[in-house]
Amino acid sequence: MPNGLIQEQKYGRNPDHDISHERFVNVGVNCGIYIELMANAVDLTTTFDSYVAAENRVEPKQWMPEKYRKTLVRQISQHAHSEVVGMLPEANWITRAPSLRAKLILIAKVQDEGGHGLYLYSAAETLGTSRETMVGDLLSGKAKYSSIFNYPSLTWADVGVIGWLVDGAAIANQVMLCRTSYGPYSRAMVRICKEESFHQRQGYEIVMKLARGTSDQKAMVQDALNRWWWPSIMMFGPTDDNSPNSEQSMKWRIKRKSNDQLRQEFIDKTVVHAEFLDLSIPDEDLKWNDSRQSYDYGEINWDEFYRVIQGDGPCNRQRLIARNKAHDEGRWVREAATAFAAKQAAKKPAKQAP
Amino acid sequence: MSDTSNWPLWEVFVRSKNGLAHKHAGSLHAPDADMALKNARDVYTRRSEGVSLWVVPSEAITASSPDEKDLLFTPADDKVYRHPTFYDIPDEVGHM
Ligand SMILES: [Fe+2]
Ligand SMILES: [Fe+2]
Repeated sequence: MPNGLIQEQKYGRNPDHDISHERFVNVGVNCGIYIELMANAVDLTTTFDSYVAAENRVEPKQWMPEKYRKTLVRQISQHAHSEVVGMLPEANWITRAPSLRAKLILIAKVQDEGGHGLYLYSAAETLGTSRETMVGDLLSGKAKYSSIFNYPSLTWADVGVIGWLVDGAAIANQVMLCRTSYGPYSRAMVRICKEESFHQRQGYEIVMKLARGTSDQKAMVQDALNRWWWPSIMMFGPTDDNSPNSEQSMKWRIKRKSNDQLRQEFIDKTVVHAEFLDLSIPDEDLKWNDSRQSYDYGEINWDEFYRVIQGDGPCNRQRLIARNKAHDEGRWVREAATAFAAKQAAKKPAKQAP
Repeated sequence: MSDTSNWPLWEVFVRSKNGLAHKHAGSLHAPDADMALKNARDVYTRRSEGVSLWVVPSEAITASSPDEKDLLFTPADDKVYRHPTFYDIPDEVGHM
């Protein structure tokens, strides 16, 4: 492999590792060399595959197959967008939280989610995609985020159920991702997981209070559970026989458990939480299967799942409008910060601005 | 979105307590060092993770290349005599 092909650039940010066809044509290498290089790329891919299969971590400057990079950029940026959009249904309730304690906790949780977005965008940037591009794709509606955040948060009980179920489902996925093969992603996940467990516990605390409260309060929390249950278990994505990219992701150790596996683990745990509070999970087919030592569950409405993903959920439009509004209304702050930094730099000519 | 496109990237290092070294925690964009520091505090130390912060422009870091990994680091592999266990010292000598 000619050295020039793997040219190292700035620390940790190198978008130029791809051995893509265009690249060779662009640098004008002749055909013979091109064929030789493609053979090398195949070798590199094989070496890479066994490298990750042996549980080694991949760091930003290492060579990686273009498809590995693309899969990660898509997955990490979607994950980042989900953290950011996920702030919206909960932020809805900050001004209406029933006590100062509840309000402080909710603000802290929502702030954490903003931080999670940042960790993830940073991890995606190490793969050579700019922050502006990712944020732009979210704002234009081009990028996807978790379908769960397109459902409305109608009552205070929803805030509790979101923490219990939605953060709970996110944690199941994120605990697995702490051991993902891409170093920066895995480190972001470790940090996120440390912060997440409070999210689920604060949610369950709200649920617990309501479930043990007046009959109206209990009805309210049961209603929230009825509405959030199915969308929550959809969060793990399509069934294994309908997720064609899963197998490659498992091979590359990006994912370590299948969608159905994660969903099953989540259901088995969550049924216990619900039973403890005498809440009923809205699934008539849910029952313990002794031979599998797991709960059987009913058919998921995948039509609804795909409809919401495609943009036709209850709140898709509002979410995008809210994100764009926040971005537009924050523009003057970013501009002021830029102007201030320029002024400060001009005042200190001795110290060079980076 | 051109309003943030020239904000440099900063690497954030956190000292978790005095006596320990600063450790890389992550990165963020900010228009200057002061704001990078303020943002780093908000994002990376919300749960008493640190007593001191460094922010370093990512551009200022020169890193070794993975291509040179063998060249740089394998020469150390066959120099076992640099390790204390290479030497056989009789037990009677006591701790050394
Ligand atoms: Fe989160
Ligand atoms: Fe969370």
